[in-house]
Amino acid sequence: MNEPQSELQSESRIVIVGAGPAGVRAAEILVAAGLRPVIVDENQRAGGQIYRQPPAAFGGSVRSKKQLYGFESAKADALHRTFDKLRSHIDYLPETLVWNCDGQQLDLLGRGQHQSLPYSHLMLCTGAIDRILPFPGWLLPGVYTLGAAQVALKAQGCVIGSRIVLVGSGPLLYLLAYQYAKAGAKIAAVLDTASFSGKLRATFDLAKQPLTLGKGLYFLAWLRCHGVKVVEGVQKIAVAGEQKVQAISWHKDGSEETIECDAVASGFGLRSETQLADLAGCAFEFNQINQQWLPQRDFAGRSSVKGVYLAGDGAGIAGADAAEMAGKRAALALLEDLGKVIDVRESRRLDRALQRVQGFRRGLECAFPVPVEWARECADDEIICRCEEITAGELRHSVSHVGTVEINRLKALTRVGMGRCQGRVCSAAAAEILACSAGKSLAEVGRLRGQPPVKPFPVAVGVAAHVVESVAENAGEEAS
Amino acid sequence: MPGIGKQTMTLFTRVAETQREPIVFSLDGRAATALAGDTILTAVLTQADSLRLSEFSRRPRAGFCLIGACQDCWMHTEDGQPVRACSTEIQNGMRLLSSVPGGVDE
Repeated sequence: MNEPQSELQSESRIVIVGAGPAGVRAAEILVAAGLRPVIVDENQRAGGQIYRQPPAAFGGSVRSKKQLYGFESAKADALHRTFDKLRSHIDYLPETLVWNCDGQQLDLLGRGQHQSLPYSHLMLCTGAIDRILPFPGWLLPGVYTLGAAQVALKAQGCVIGSRIVLVGSGPLLYLLAYQYAKAGAKIAAVLDTASFSGKLRATFDLAKQPLTLGKGLYFLAWLRCHGVKVVEGVQKIAVAGEQKVQAISWHKDGSEETIECDAVASGFGLRSETQLADLAGCAFEFNQINQQWLPQRDFAGRSSVKGVYLAGDGAGIAGADAAEMAGKRAALALLEDLGKVIDVRESRRLDRALQRVQGFRRGLECAFPVPVEWARECADDEIICRCEEITAGELRHSVSHVGTVEINRLKALTRVGMGRCQGRVCSAAAAEILACSAGKSLAEVGRLRGQPPVKPFPVAVGVAAHVVESVAENAGEEAS
Repeated sequence: MPGIGKQTMTLFTRVAETQREPIVFSLDGRAATALAGDTILTAVLTQADSLRLSEFSRRPRAGFCLIGACQDCWMHTEDGQPVRACSTEIQNGMRLLSSVPGGVDE
């Protein structure tokens, strides 16, 4: 692997983590100012999750961008093209995990090799994953996140089953149903845990982004027109099956319904990936709209740590369009902090646009709230931690018998959040259970502290190098 | 492999870009075929209905997030190396095992 060659001296090396909408737009601003940032990204190709591109080994995708990204194809294409133009002006490390951040230095693992990368400025564009709430049967083969179901289609040309149910809340639910149906998948039902009346109440805020609201309504209308069963306001979801998914049941208005299916995708909004901000020493605060602890940032994306900047969904969920703007804005802030003259009209335009997005975000959370009754109704034998199969009952026992009221204490006593996913999957649910059992708010039970490595290494380092090298050759061709 | 899902117990079904180069690998000692650019997860779940066994309950698992976050798709190669199936591309000659409790060496 090549040592990143920065034209800057090492005492002023800018590193961007993440090559999604925020990271690519941040790089664009920095390159335009004559700088040469390093971009480190876990994926093989640029685009992030939303504009994820099929692997290079697909040999030039047969599907058009219109097929891959739908309404967003122009934006996806623009982002990919921007990245291709930037490619010779940046140092790019794809398929590389940043597993630690300590003392202005990142520890990287890419293509089977470790290296350290010192930085003077760090731009974290780490993205998000689905917010996950367990339900009976959620460990069965055939149950995936909504994001996973979308990746299977976009990046692998596959759908997750032959009779699929999508369940949860948030805009991704209807978008994915539409994408799957268009690709020829059989959608047995779309089960929305949000109610119609809640969405109606949120219409004022949602109308601040009429195009986005319009797309959501379009997907819903399209699904109904094509005979897809859509049920709003469902409760008590349960998946049944022996070795894999066989059926799903739910309650609505006091009555229960069951249908057969062989796959389920579920998600309840998104959660920011904040582990690196934590290790970089950023101060956090509880964010009511996101219902999550997030790194503090100013309007432009400066964190509490000098030289560390935050942009995109990794710093608070606002979607891909906002991520592009936030990436640009944070890069402009970085340039200002370097003493460079920036386009003030552009930065003010971005500030106003990002302000409007916040209003829309409020509307989305109101339209698609985290189901309030979930923590109360979750059965004691429900497994919360997927890694080590720790149940809701074990968490509640810790509250009732030991008096646990804080999430890191709960982790130490029950091992929840200690498994190999480091709490990415279980922490939202564990915090809800803890807060509900202890009679506290989510803010009061605290924040699960991150620790290195933020993820296990994807292959055994060194020994499996042949696997990694082969993948790297493909990426190299794509990148050149 | 279009159509394979109809004959065997599989989870994933291919709906696009099926004209890629075939890749030959083995799953639990049986020869299997995938397509160039498949992740290990896709390669396995288009022929089988799970990836691994939970090391706690020994119940089958088939991945969950597909973006390298949940760590629920670790498999082993026959020479004992752990691989994260959702983010590692299948390669010719790979010899994978689904029947051992998969995981990172603790």
